[in-house]
Order: sequence, then C-alpha cells, then structure tokens
Amino acid sequence: MTNGRFGVHGGQYIPETLMNAVIELEKAYNHYKNDPEFNRELTDLFNEYANRPSRLYYAEKLTKALGGAKIYLKREDLNHTGSHKINNVLGQALLAKKMGKTRLIAETGAGQHGVATATAAALMNMECVVFMGEEDTKRQALNVYRMKLLGAEVIPVTSGTATLKDAVSEAMREWTSRIDDTHYCLGSVMGPHPFPTIVRDFQAVISKEIKSQIIEKEGRLPDTVIACVGGGSNAMGSFYHFIEDESVRLIGCEAAGRGIDTFETAATINTGRLGIFHGMKSYFCQDKYGQIAPVYSISAGLDYPGIGPEHAHLHDIGRAEYVPVTDEEAVEAFEFLSKTEGIIPAIESAHAVAYAMKLAPTMDKDKIIVITVSGRGDKDCAAIARYRGEDIYE
Amino acid sequence: MSNIRKAFENGKAFIPFITCGDPDLKTTGKIVREAVKNGADLIELGIPFSDPTAEGPVIQGANIRALAGGVTTDKIFDFVRDLRRNITIPLVFMTYANVVFSYGAENFISTCAEIGIDGIILPDLPFEEKAEFQPICSKYSVDLISLIAPTSKERIAMIAREAEGFLYIVSSLGVTGTRSEITTDLASIIKVVRENTDIPCAIGFGISTPEQAKKMAAVSDGAIVGSAIIKLIEKHGKSSVELVGEYVKKMKEAVTNI
Repeated sequence: MTNGRFGVHGGQYIPETLMNAVIELEKAYNHYKNDPEFNRELTDLFNEYANRPSRLYYAEKLTKALGGAKIYLKREDLNHTGSHKINNVLGQALLAKKMGKTRLIAETGAGQHGVATATAAALMNMECVVFMGEEDTKRQALNVYRMKLLGAEVIPVTSGTATLKDAVSEAMREWTSRIDDTHYCLGSVMGPHPFPTIVRDFQAVISKEIKSQIIEKEGRLPDTVIACVGGGSNAMGSFYHFIEDESVRLIGCEAAGRGIDTFETAATINTGRLGIFHGMKSYFCQDKYGQIAPVYSISAGLDYPGIGPEHAHLHDIGRAEYVPVTDEEAVEAFEFLSKTEGIIPAIESAHAVAYAMKLAPTMDKDKIIVITVSGRGDKDCAAIARYRGEDIYE
Repeated sequence: MSNIRKAFENGKAFIPFITCGDPDLKTTGKIVREAVKNGADLIELGIPFSDPTAEGPVIQGANIRALAGGVTTDKIFDFVRDLRRNITIPLVFMTYANVVFSYGAENFISTCAEIGIDGIILPDLPFEEKAEFQPICSKYSVDLISLIAPTSKERIAMIAREAEGFLYIVSSLGVTGTRSEITTDLASIIKVVRENTDIPCAIGFGISTPEQAKKMAAVSDGAIVGSAIIKLIEKHGKSSVELVGEYVKKMKEAVTNI
C-alpha cells in the first residue's frame, strides 16, 4: 500500500496526468509545514484576518433546556466568511502561493468553501474559479453572488446529479487540463493523498483550541465532541487532538436526508460500503455494481456520497461513532438553537446540534459536550423557510 | 505472450473505443463487428461508470445513456461472451477502479479471463496503486494497461519498465475529447519509453481526423479514438453502425499508409 493510508483507506486513485501535481504538493507541504516563517504567516492570517481563536461558548440556556450534560459550542460560525472552511483555505492558498501558483480552483456544495476560497484568492491576489452543482447554485444563490463579488468565476456544473460530487469531478477534470499555474484547493478531508492530511492539519486548529479552552474553563477534557460530517473536515478538525484521549467520545453526524431506510439519504457510513472514488479508498453510497448513488440531504454541504478516509478508519477501529440525522431533526435543531441561544447555525452544523439534543438529556449534569458549530445559518434561512412552507425569496 | 501484441502485427494499429450499451448492447455488438470488419486492430470496450472523472462531455454522455438504458457489468460480461463466438481480435475493458473493486476484483478479473478479455484500462489507477489489482491480473493473465501522460516526465521510465499489453500514451492535458491541435512532444516521450520497454505504444485523447491519426501513428505504434466515434453514435444511434464502419476504415487506412 502507498502513502497516505488510514488503515485500508486513502491512497491516490487519480489519473496519471495528476500524479506529479500531487507529488509536488506533498513535497511542498512537507517542507512548509515545518517552516517557521510559513507557520508565522499562517497564524497571523488565522488571528488577524480570520478572527481566530474562535470562541468556546458555554450554552447555558441550551444546557438548561435539555436538562442534562453541560454544552459548549465551538463557534467556527464566527470566523471570517462564516464557517470553518476559511482555516483550510488560508493554509492551502498560502501554500499554493509559496509554490508559485497564481490560480485557485475549488469545488463547493453549500458555497461556504467556495466563498472561503474566493476570499483567500482576493486577499492573495490570485485568480479563482469555483465549480458548483447547478442544483446548489439555486439552493445557495446568495453564496454564488458573494463569490462573484469577491472576484471569482462560478461555473455551474450540470453533469450527473448537479450537486457536490459533480462539482468535485469537474474541478478534478479542470485540474488535469491546467496544472502549471493552478492549485486545486480541495475543501474537505478527502480526495487523493496528500489532501486528507493537509486539510486535516489546517483544520486541526479547531480541536487544539477546544482543548486549551475547555481546560481553562473546566479544568478537564470534554466527555463528548460532536460535529457534522459530509466529507468531514470540521469533524476531523474537531476530533484530531482528542484521538489519543480515549475518554473523549467522538461523534460524527451524517446527513440522513429523509432517513437511512430511504434512497434519499447521504449517510455514507450508515448506508455505504467500501469503494474507490474521487482519488481515495473509503466508504461510498453506491449500488451493487459500484455506480455512485445520487445522494440527498437538505444540506448542500453534506450532500456527498463519500466520507474522508481518516473518518472511515476511525469508524473501522471504533474510535469515532457516526450517527445519522434526518432533515427534519436538523431543521428542528436549527430552529431550537436560534430560539434558545440566539445563534442561527448552518443547516450542516444543525445536524450536530440535533444529535446533541438527543444525547445531552441522557447524560449527567456534570458531563461536558462540545458541539462544533461549523458555520452560520444566514445562508440557509430562505431554504428552511421554504421547507416550512413559507415561500420567501432571497 | 500477451494476445494484445497481435493488434500491432498488422502495421500501425487503429484502436476504437466504444461504450457498451450506448444506445443498447445489441447496437454495440453490431458496431464492434462492423469496426472489426473495417480494420480495427483492438477494441476498447467501455464499461460505463456513473462519475467518469477522466472523460470529457462526449464520453460522459455515453456513460449516462448506457446506464440509463440499464446496462450492468454482468450484462456486459454476457455480451462479450457472445461477441467472442466470432470476434478474435484483442479486446480490452476500459472502466474505473470502483467498477472492478465493487464487483470483487478476483471475480471481475477471473471473469475477464474466462470470457476472453485481454486487458483492462483503469484511468484512475496510477502506477502507485497498481498493487490493488496487479497480482490478480497476473494470476489470470489479464494485462493491466498503464497510461503515460504529458506530465509524467521522470515517471515515464518507471511506468514503461513494468508495463504490459500496450502502453496508452495520453496525448494532451485534460480529459477525453476531440481537439483541433495536439502540441505535446510525443516523440520525446516515446523515445524514453523505447529505452525502457519493447511493448507497443498507442496514442489516445483528442484524435479525430485521419491526418491526426496518421501523425500520431507515425511516432508510435497506433492511434486510439473514442470521442469522435461516440459522437457518431450519439447523433445517429442505432443507425450509426455503418457510419462507424466507414470511419474506422478511413482511420485504419490513414495509419496504414505511413
């Protein structure tokens, strides 16, 4: 087995045309990750530009309303651009710049990663092209406008199911046609090695901060960390520094869509099986013949038929648990957190809140749950209103 | 010795790519027979995949049409069994790693051997991941065909030394699809290949006209054409059989008269 394996998962299942590009990326990353100047610049971007460290907020009203474990929210929604995506993007854009690249391409589902990439490109004076499923450009029209405002070109993808997986495929196709000046700024802990490692390392700032913040506030580690999982970048970032702390339960919340017993789901660990796609070996929703399934979730950011290889491995070894959360549960959590705490979470993050709402009441009051609120929910308001039968326009 | 070598014994080879089941398997069968009759030396049979990341819009379309028509790996195996009653030229499958993996690699590859498939091309299986299927391919004497790209540079020698069947030289950056111009310095790539192996090399990606095929065959052992044929099938459907035959004839003539 080759580089970049997490158990049996991971690898580099990509066209030969891209092999030298990922090898070059790996070399550059291995060099810069230990370069003090690179790390100083990145920390500066994190703190001064992206508003890190993000707050670890004690959600007292939510805690009381649920009547169980003490709940803290890791406020990635307060980052510049409104989600955790900026962490990875600033890292990759800086790396690409050091590599002499002048153009960033990216896929996006909900638009959060596309907006973050367009932002970094504007800041660093790079060209930017974002591929977005046509279906998602309709669901997230505001984010399309934001990307354009930031100077990016947004290309609606009409192939396949016209959602996130097709945007990834199209970005990969684009990368094979233009490599010299272009870096593919992949948005999640997925794809061929070294992307799952690079993205995880840049997102690991989340768990690093949670750890020191909770020790400062509570003098101990949390009992449970909960995050939503599509490809799995905010979850991987939230879990990473706790993997060795076996007392900390790690829970990833998958988008079950209309339920894991229906075909309208995107819960990869709960309904998928081992396969090879988008450059990696991992779990995928697929049919008997290996055709990738057209997945569904109300959340454009979790609407992906695979999961990052490190999550697949954490599942295999039983270190993390992956639970399905339906559209309905997520929408209820979206509304509940808004009303109890005055915090409107992204519909993606609402999947994590929804599971915490089930779990917290079953835990003692001296237990601690940390929920990563990966993004803010302003972008979702129109879609949730429509879900509730209110026909509003953005 | 690999049966694939036979494809290169008849002068420079012309290799058509056809997606199985576009528009239906019955038509694919007729097209394959017509192509053989008109001089095809080896045929790449595409097993459709839902998300073919190395393909341009034309072959993506063929994949979608074929899957929508209900084609499956098992139906394609039966189809090849039937073809092999009277088709003797080398046949290879071109598909994606997940199609092989999800069928069970040993099941898939042993079935290939049983029905007379001589090789497999998987564009998402680079040299570094060959171990996924190579031992099983060797066990059943099915060639796992390697690709070399314009970006391969110092990787060319490494890939060529372990290559089997034939080497698929990717003419251009990007995905499959016709191109008006091919600018890669293919002669230099093939020079390195020749220093490292004596297996044949065929060039594919972007070729559609007899002039292009002739130019490509002049520096290699053959030309591979996919999208130009799929376009004929897309446009004419079940009535494309003779048109594909005429096209193959024209292309084989172009590569022969060098």
